Amino acid sequence: MNIKSQKDFISGLMFMGIGLAFAWGATKYSLGTGARMGPGYFPLMLGVMMAILGAVITFNSLVVKRSGGDKIGKWAFQPLVFIIAANLLFGVCLGGLPSIKLPAMGMIFGIYVLTFIASMASPGWKFKTTFILATTLALISYVAFVKILNLQFPVWPAFITG
Amino acid sequence: MELLLSNLSLGFGVAFTPINLLYAFIGCVLGTLIGVLPGIGPVATIAMLLPATYALPPVSALIMLAGIYYGAQYGGSTTAILVNLPGESSSVVTCIDGYQMARKGRAGPALAAAGMGSFFAGCVGTLILAAFAPPLTELAFKFGPAEYFALMVLGLIGAVVLASGSLLKAIAMIVLGLLLGLIGTDVNSGVARFSFDIPELTDGIGFVVIAMGVFGYGEIISNLAKPEDDREVFTAKVTGLFPTKDDFKKMAPAVLRGTFLGSALGILPGGGALLAAFAAYAMEKKIGTKPGEIPFGQGNIRGVAAPESANNAGSQTSFIPLLTLGIPPNAVMALMVGAMTIHNIQPGPQVMTSNPELFWGLIASMWIGNAMLIILNLPLIGIWIKLLTVPYRFLFPAIVLFCAIGVFSTNNNTFDVWMVGIFGVVGYLFVKLGCEPAPLLLGFILGPMMEENLRRALLLSRGDWSVFVTRPLSASLLAAGALLLVIVLLPSIKSKREEAFVED
Repeated sequence: MNIKSQKDFISGLMFMGIGLAFAWGATKYSLGTGARMGPGYFPLMLGVMMAILGAVITFNSLVVKRSGGDKIGKWAFQPLVFIIAANLLFGVCLGGLPSIKLPAMGMIFGIYVLTFIASMASPGWKFKTTFILATTLALISYVAFVKILNLQFPVWPAFITG
Repeated sequence: MELLLSNLSLGFGVAFTPINLLYAFIGCVLGTLIGVLPGIGPVATIAMLLPATYALPPVSALIMLAGIYYGAQYGGSTTAILVNLPGESSSVVTCIDGYQMARKGRAGPALAAAGMGSFFAGCVGTLILAAFAPPLTELAFKFGPAEYFALMVLGLIGAVVLASGSLLKAIAMIVLGLLLGLIGTDVNSGVARFSFDIPELTDGIGFVVIAMGVFGYGEIISNLAKPEDDREVFTAKVTGLFPTKDDFKKMAPAVLRGTFLGSALGILPGGGALLAAFAAYAMEKKIGTKPGEIPFGQGNIRGVAAPESANNAGSQTSFIPLLTLGIPPNAVMALMVGAMTIHNIQPGPQVMTSNPELFWGLIASMWIGNAMLIILNLPLIGIWIKLLTVPYRFLFPAIVLFCAIGVFSTNNNTFDVWMVGIFGVVGYLFVKLGCEPAPLLLGFILGPMMEENLRRALLLSRGDWSVFVTRPLSASLLAAGALLLVIVLLPSIKSKREEAFVED
């Protein structure tokens, strides 16, 4: 087997998998008839359609010639991990994690955490500039979101405000 | 005509209140800002700011969000001309001739051509919007569920034609979007579909979460993965903004052609700024150059004026399907649907009669916004140029932060934050696999609407599928969709289309 386009091959498989999963899930709900569609009717239709599309995409990726094999290329794990982690930790800072009894740390603390972790996504970050950036962002966010737009955020850690 | 004038005066009355002027201004500034900055587009920005508009009156919120979209079309050209990077996807073609003009020391006239072209196109586009919206609304009231379903099919096909790369993948992305849109409680049976007994999922996935994850984080991650290229920024060389008399002579017809082509393409389902810009550039090239004129690709002012006028006209007229039919023609308009729903306004033909001050106020604000934008983008161009020298490593943490704040404030719960993390990974996966995410977002918004209209149409016809082809309106809409698909699949057009999208 000779894959002509790696991108299409993988995405075809992905669409097939997701399509089948949705179609299978849809059969768990009542299908009904055309005149009285049940909750499973439309998703089953779409799921089957997507699985077929996925199959055609995969088939094409094996047959249709492409220059350079259309490789997916290296995964950028560093940005991926740090950007997503920065976002998740910001959520934890704002909402706390009751399951491990972590109190909400508030927005200001969260901004410092987010800025530092996000900055680590690009090589060559420096502590001093990142600190200045975080402070600037904290100030801007406090004025814009809390004072002007009046969004309801925990601003300071819960153990300080009570 | 008289009715139009009285409607517009009602609109200007709304748009000229201090608060709405302020929000139009904020929208335009933000739009220009994100237009200038490569790596963040109107979709992510509007998604980010949606939650922040909860507290605003609906008119002000929509005026601001609209300003971001058309403002981005102005800002995008600045980056395209000075840095050879599309600040906005619709400015891709502006890079070709705009950057060459800048290299020859004619950045000023290029910027002026883009700005003035955009201004003219924006005014005309708004006028077309005001003139065409009422009759289309009349037509929309004749639409039954079968017509709505057919129209959505046509719209989604249009979105596919617009997507770059593989057609099949774009269709699959639409279907994925439709399926994701179905997650949550089914309105008819009350069954919670695909929610895995997670209480938060019974309300469905928030579109802010998807838009932000896929467009915001997915983009940032793939930007960071690219090595920082050597940008040559022509900052010091912008002198003499005003085009010469000869420039004016060349750009005036190009602006006119771009405006009209852009207005027409903006109305089409699946259309909007991006398609308009591509088509306008292709048309200028087809018309060709006069002897002695600079060839295209080497700094012809028409290559800047036409696409920039077209993308602005297209961005204005793409509000027409949204405001009259309630059907979003592109991803940005899909977010506007969300914005309207947040404020308890059901998008559709009834908006004009039930909320006339919102409808006409929004339209009138576009004129004011365009006037603000030409001032922001020509005399004050220096500010934006300075911004281009800010390195990306300072910008992206700020973008990540604003996304995170936006997500959290949607529902004030951490569940959305986990979801956006997942969709960030998914978004990056899409980038790696070469799957364009815009059709997904459109499908996501249309999913529930499509199911509802399909269900109603078939209920009325007692399960007879032929209802879609026996009703003349629905049949012609479906025929238009089929025709569109056939046209794109024709071998000669297919290669042209791929060529057009490779041209960056």
